[in-house]
Amino acid sequence: MGDDRLSIAGREFKSRLWVGTGKYKDFVETQKAIEASGADVVTVAVRRVNITDRSKENLLDYIDPKRYTILPNTAGCYTVEDAVRYARLARAAGVSDLVKLEVIGDERTLFPDTAGLIEAAKILIKEGFVVLPYTNDDPIVAKKLVDLGCPAVMPLAAPIGSGLGIRNPYNLRIIMETVHVPIIVDAGVGTASDAALAMEYGADAVLMNTAIAGAQDPIAMAEAMKYAVHAGRLAFKAGRIPRKLYATASSPIEGML
Amino acid sequence: MEEAIQIQVNGESRVWRSGGTVGELLRELNIRADRVAVELNLEILDRNDFDRRSLTPGDRLEILSFIGGGSPKDHNRSIRSIRWATIV
Repeated sequence: MGDDRLSIAGREFKSRLWVGTGKYKDFVETQKAIEASGADVVTVAVRRVNITDRSKENLLDYIDPKRYTILPNTAGCYTVEDAVRYARLARAAGVSDLVKLEVIGDERTLFPDTAGLIEAAKILIKEGFVVLPYTNDDPIVAKKLVDLGCPAVMPLAAPIGSGLGIRNPYNLRIIMETVHVPIIVDAGVGTASDAALAMEYGADAVLMNTAIAGAQDPIAMAEAMKYAVHAGRLAFKAGRIPRKLYATASSPIEGML
Repeated sequence: MEEAIQIQVNGESRVWRSGGTVGELLRELNIRADRVAVELNLEILDRNDFDRRSLTPGDRLEILSFIGGGSPKDHNRSIRSIRWATIV
């Protein structure tokens, strides 16, 4: 699959597994897990620098921005104003216009506030941002985001960190048929089969954090996810057989005694 | 003698010298300018202006950088205690 690259807004990515960098034990574990995952896009959050304890190391000492595409998110933002502010800060702190836009609607589910998301996307796209929106598995919202100029959409599989897997495969399928930009299934993956399924359904990539960082062995799970995404992608491209209720013999009847 | 002024840095008050720039403050705090975003009284500064922008009493400065993240809330590893084999 050497030439099976994912292309978004003129950028090319070799891996279809994108990973978050939160919840790891330390930066060494983060680095090893990302390495094992084979991901070339990593999400990061934007937060205040610890000015009282400057001995604290920087994430970018472990994740080389020359090697990985750093995708800042607006995680933790519950209003359009906050999300826009954090996106602008992310651009100022980094080197690119890429942002994973999150406008969270509710603390318990962390579901996106899709009305706020659309509004924030409108503002940021006007300012030249490449907006990759974390959205609900809602085909209408996905279409609105794409119509605004989002070069990809990132519908959730299930609530962030829930590990529930793909809750609504039919909506994901409808999103894939409704919009013609890359679909990155984001959040809710629990284990390798969930990631493989997302890719088999036709997702262009999968983004996850907790499924890897929260596993008992995050580095082994990162590797499992790499193979799962790869296998799912191959299976999708290969084209699965149709489901049938009854058996079809694999061995010929002809030539039997 | 330089006059001491009071400013806010990341929500904490700090004594700084009158006329001292954002760039000088970052160097004093041992912070790499190329890895942070600086917001001065809600205005995001261009990195190239750090050495030109001097601080005045009451200025509110926010210095931010990238940290590990992927989801909106830090749950820490207690999530591992919830291990459902199957939810059907």
